[in-house]
Amino acid sequence: MSTQQTKVEPSYLEHKGKYKGIFSWIFSTDHKRIGILYLYSILTFFVIGATVGLLMKFELIAPGKTIMTAQTYNAFFTLHGIVMIFAVVIPGLPAVFGNFMLPLMIGAKDVAFPRLNLLSWYFYVTGVLLVIISQFFGEGAPDTGWTFYAPYSFRTAGNMLPAVFGAFVLGFSSILTGLNFLVTIHRLRAPGMTWLKMPLFPWTLYATGWVQLLATPIIGITLLMIVAERIFNIGFFDPTLGGDPILYQHLFWTYSHPAVYIMILPAMGAISEIIPTFSHKTVFGYKFIVGSSLAIAIVGYFVWGHHMFTSGMSGVALYVFSLLTFLVAIPSAIKVFNWISTLHKGSIDLQTPLYWAVAFIFVFMIGGFSGLVLGSLAADIHLHNTHFVLAHFHFIVFGGTGYAFFGAMHYWYPKITGKMYDSRWANIGLLLFLTGFVTLYGMMFYLGYKGMPRRYYDYDEIFHSANIISTMGSWIMYSGLAIIIINLFASLKNGIKAPSDPWGGKTLEWTVPSPPPAENFEEIPIVTKGPYNYK
Amino acid sequence: MSAIETHRDNLTSKFGMWLFLFTEMLLFGGLFIVYTIYRYKNATAFHLAAEELSVAVGTFNTIILLVSSATVAMSITAIQKHNKKIAVVLLCITILLGLVFLVNKYFEWGEHLREHIFPGSNELALRGHGDVMFYGLYYFMTGLHALHIIVGLVLLVIITISVTKEKINSEDFVFLENGGLYWHLVDLIWIFLFPLFYLIT
Amino acid sequence: MENENNHIIPYKTFLIILAGLIVLTTISVILTQISLGTLTVAIALLIASIKSTLVLRYFMHLKFENRFISFATIGVILLLASVIILTLMDYLNR
Repeated sequence: MSTQQTKVEPSYLEHKGKYKGIFSWIFSTDHKRIGILYLYSILTFFVIGATVGLLMKFELIAPGKTIMTAQTYNAFFTLHGIVMIFAVVIPGLPAVFGNFMLPLMIGAKDVAFPRLNLLSWYFYVTGVLLVIISQFFGEGAPDTGWTFYAPYSFRTAGNMLPAVFGAFVLGFSSILTGLNFLVTIHRLRAPGMTWLKMPLFPWTLYATGWVQLLATPIIGITLLMIVAERIFNIGFFDPTLGGDPILYQHLFWTYSHPAVYIMILPAMGAISEIIPTFSHKTVFGYKFIVGSSLAIAIVGYFVWGHHMFTSGMSGVALYVFSLLTFLVAIPSAIKVFNWISTLHKGSIDLQTPLYWAVAFIFVFMIGGFSGLVLGSLAADIHLHNTHFVLAHFHFIVFGGTGYAFFGAMHYWYPKITGKMYDSRWANIGLLLFLTGFVTLYGMMFYLGYKGMPRRYYDYDEIFHSANIISTMGSWIMYSGLAIIIINLFASLKNGIKAPSDPWGGKTLEWTVPSPPPAENFEEIPIVTKGPYNYK
Repeated sequence: MSAIETHRDNLTSKFGMWLFLFTEMLLFGGLFIVYTIYRYKNATAFHLAAEELSVAVGTFNTIILLVSSATVAMSITAIQKHNKKIAVVLLCITILLGLVFLVNKYFEWGEHLREHIFPGSNELALRGHGDVMFYGLYYFMTGLHALHIIVGLVLLVIITISVTKEKINSEDFVFLENGGLYWHLVDLIWIFLFPLFYLIT
Repeated sequence: MENENNHIIPYKTFLIILAGLIVLTTISVILTQISLGTLTVAIALLIASIKSTLVLRYFMHLKFENRFISFATIGVILLLASVIILTLMDYLNR
């Protein structure tokens, strides 16, 4: 391992390239630095989005006006959605951990197109800047919700154009990331790493890449149609001109449903890495996890109508989409069985990433089951557009992607930073966060079931006490988040030095130093065995 | 070793280009979805509106693009055969044909604009829902297509210059191949736009 | 695949394909001028599909390329077709 001349290669953090200072970061084509750029950007927007959410919950602590006007509330839930969906959870795991870990995990020196990778980040920054701009000029921030439903989206006075265009540009970022990863996985796997020897996180990035590539253009063109409506009055979604607003919904959800698989597939991949490592046992049913990931990506393309059950679609459409929605739940369930079977009789190492993974399974299942409830036509008639839907997707998206993100953050923290985080504070933060989360969003199931609508600034007195509890949950959750994030930053300075393989992981990223050198591997490894090779 | 790496790079680069083409297919695909729905809902109006378009000009434009696809494909053969001059000539013909296409479009659109038939106009709205949808799609789809032609032409010009400077040569012509693929895609889209707007009479 | 760079398609092949494409275009124009009712669109689209296949296989080199790209192209087309059909299914039943 160490040669006679012990020349220690500088890590990617210390590597001296063409540029100095901040420019060595924002002009870097090193996938690891780009991953960090995304990490800081996404974290920033996550905190912005979470703060907006916190303020929204505060407004809802009592009926009537509490701290903001109705118009502001509408603008807030629009901003919260746009930021969280387009700037946080869609880029989320692929942009941060995909960028950092994919080449390492498949034994490559970088992604297939490093400059395109940097361009993806530039598109990301441009997109979020446009969204920010939309908040501050002209007739006021957009108030349509992140879903930009027609005809309101082309009739409202708010700053739709920068927001819509911002989402369009963010879409480009997503497409290019997906494209890059697909080519990387096809062409740059280390010698001997056949498809079925590739670890599961890269597999989910592969499935996700196809969704990013093939679904995102649809929302791209749909947003352009909204622009055409606003500027040229083209009429595609305008009933007075012969257009159909429901067609907008079809087009929007044809992307936005597969988008949730962009959010969840890499999350499931990260969980599939964490669980075998802390069970010291090979993953149960590797091929089933691979197959179910691909199945989710494909079938997920055909269920979008379940967002539109009450919109006015035909009866046949209702039945078809409901049936397909039930089908897509099956591969997700398969994964849960695989994870639990991996843990079973494993040599369990109780660490923060494993706690996140177990918490993930818990909240993901609640979110998933509530999805089946919403997928049932008769139930959905009552639950659509109520807080039940809010609870469902916060459990499954925030619970799913969010928990996996934090799990991955702690799992790969030693590799990325070269330090160990303080596990006591990490676990305290997690516990506080989990308690707040379940309170905040759990109450929403009840509120929705009782009939409280979503995106409503005001509500009937009968919902009051449940809302108080929910809002308090948001405070507890936010405190937990603060502890988690502050701990991660503090550990950068105070953490003890991390070895290459602190957890006993068996995938290739643990064979290089923590943090890795700029070129990743001194020599491209030759792979002979599958991943998760525990004895 | 380096030959294999270069070769690998070429296949990697081409694969990346194909993936990008897929996104373009889905981008236009969204518009084909809209077309399908509104044609279904306004079948008669679409029939009648299509008759207002000139089949002659449409056919002429179709053939122009088909020929330009052939010429850019042949320019790859020329490069492989170390025939720089022929490659440049073929590329110039491709670019010229693309420009002719755009000029035709300009005149076609001009006619409709002169009659005040364009998205948002009163004249169009008065004609009825079917016509509004037909012309909305017509302008949007052929407009987006024309935008792609312009991008393609810019690419081809850059490629032609690179060929003359021999930065693209018989050893390394992946840039030409990828540019050609983009141009073929533009042709492919028109192969479907043509019957859907001009031939559904 | 190692010989991929060495594989040269002769000019003649391209010209023959081009001739075929022009003939197909002419046929589709002629056929659609005759009123064939609902069949008109189907025929026009069928001919367009044949033309596209020729462009894809010869001009875009798919016939000589890695099989996976052809497979993926077909997949993309099927995906788009499925989405169109699913959406249309809603409108057909309203």
